[in-house]
Amino acid sequence: MSVAAPAEGEPIGGTPSAPVLLGAECRRCGTVTFPAQDACPRCTSTDMARRTLSRRGTLWTWTVQRFRPKSPPYAGDEGDEFEPYGVGYVELPGEVRVEARLTVSDPAQLRIGMEMELELIPAPGGEGAVTFAFRPVEPA
Amino acid sequence: MSDDVAIVGLGIHPFGRHPGVSGLEMAARAVRDALADAGIGWDEVDFAAGGSDSAGNADTTVSVLGLTGVPFINVKNGCATGGSALATAHAMLAAGSAEIAVVVGFDKHPPGAFNPLPEEWGIGSWYGETGLMLTTQFFAMKIQRYMADHGISESTLAKVAAKAFENGSRNPNAWRRQALSEEDVLASKMVNDPLRQCMFCSPGEGAVALVLARGPRIRGLGTTPVLLRSVAFRTRRFGSFEVFSPSIPIESAPSPTTEAAGAAFEQAGIGPEDVDVAQLQDTESGAEIMHLAETGLCEHGEQETLIQRGVTTIGGKLPVNTDGGCLACGEPIGASGLRQVHEVALQLRGDAGDRQIPGPARVGFTQVYGAPGVSACTVLST
Repeated sequence: MSVAAPAEGEPIGGTPSAPVLLGAECRRCGTVTFPAQDACPRCTSTDMARRTLSRRGTLWTWTVQRFRPKSPPYAGDEGDEFEPYGVGYVELPGEVRVEARLTVSDPAQLRIGMEMELELIPAPGGEGAVTFAFRPVEPA
Repeated sequence: MSDDVAIVGLGIHPFGRHPGVSGLEMAARAVRDALADAGIGWDEVDFAAGGSDSAGNADTTVSVLGLTGVPFINVKNGCATGGSALATAHAMLAAGSAEIAVVVGFDKHPPGAFNPLPEEWGIGSWYGETGLMLTTQFFAMKIQRYMADHGISESTLAKVAAKAFENGSRNPNAWRRQALSEEDVLASKMVNDPLRQCMFCSPGEGAVALVLARGPRIRGLGTTPVLLRSVAFRTRRFGSFEVFSPSIPIESAPSPTTEAAGAAFEQAGIGPEDVDVAQLQDTESGAEIMHLAETGLCEHGEQETLIQRGVTTIGGKLPVNTDGGCLACGEPIGASGLRQVHEVALQLRGDAGDRQIPGPARVGFTQVYGAPGVSACTVLST
């Protein structure tokens, strides 16, 4: 997942220090999608504009992935010891709720409604590849 | 009435693990058992529909059941495969295009969580590569939010699983037949918070077949016909929170289960308050809790009291998943929806043995849910 020049359909843009999520907005009804898509799932319009999404939002729900997902599709190296990771939906105000990895996996550090900010983390199995995640702005 | 559709034959191949037995062999056995239960031969069947997710094409069973030329539609519709096959057969019978139909659902999955590929679900490969493409995560996140919104406790999650294994211990066709206590469930390891290992079903194997008849052909078939009052099937709307969603809208909409259940009750002219026994998709404990309210069988949040008081146990006022559900029977995707109908029909016939509900059994309800947001519901009555 390249950051500098995202390919079509890839979810991340911006720069490594200031990443952004890439979505789309319906010019007819204003619905925001993530990732970008060419038709509106709400009103069926095909008049969609690409846009970036807010980098901050609130945690809407969460879980912790405690077992290694099967490969494929998971890209994590089966030789490494599996580290549980947090997953959640973060509500970006007025836009959409985005599913993402979380930078913390301790349930005591996660609370519905807490403020979260986008950042990049190393992607599973990738040599230098990154993916997007949200981190708590302040401790829970 | 001449346009009634009834279930007149029931067949099931035990759920669990059956090394050396193919899914198609299980399907053929379930069909033969259902035909024997109805007291008819395969050559009298004039329509068939069925399917599996990963165990082959249902219509190839004709090579062992008999090459009668019967029109046989293969269905592959995820967890709603059985419900879709049943909806198709019901429509054919109701339209007068057939008099006697067979539906069959079966599957055979390897151990461990399912590993769907994003490309087959219209999602970028990054979604699977980064570890987001797991059904277990979705169920955990849906119930996590639901518990916060509606005051559902961890004890209630555990009670749902304990009930399933208690019921499964009374069902000779269940996979997990050892009763577990609420404490046993809470001692099992955390898998996807707040859901623990004993709160999840496992992919498994099994097959179910039903024989349906229409109008005048109902009379004289089977022991006690069970009327199939309605079948309704829906996909998701914009705003419902569904599995395999890289994002969800902020505006919310009724789930496909809410819409399918509403349509099924309306078509049947029967309300949720009339239901004596129900089978609900319990992929994990949280699903049964949420589906109780999504189907209209109770209010959102009311589950906490109902389940703590034992209302959904076999001896309660609204018994749910009397055969142990997916939790005790396992999840052969193609078979589960028809297993639910099979169980409710058994209960309405009074043939459910050690797990027969003690109260009246006149009206039953089933609901199956699956990825990426499909739901099929039925209403049955004596």
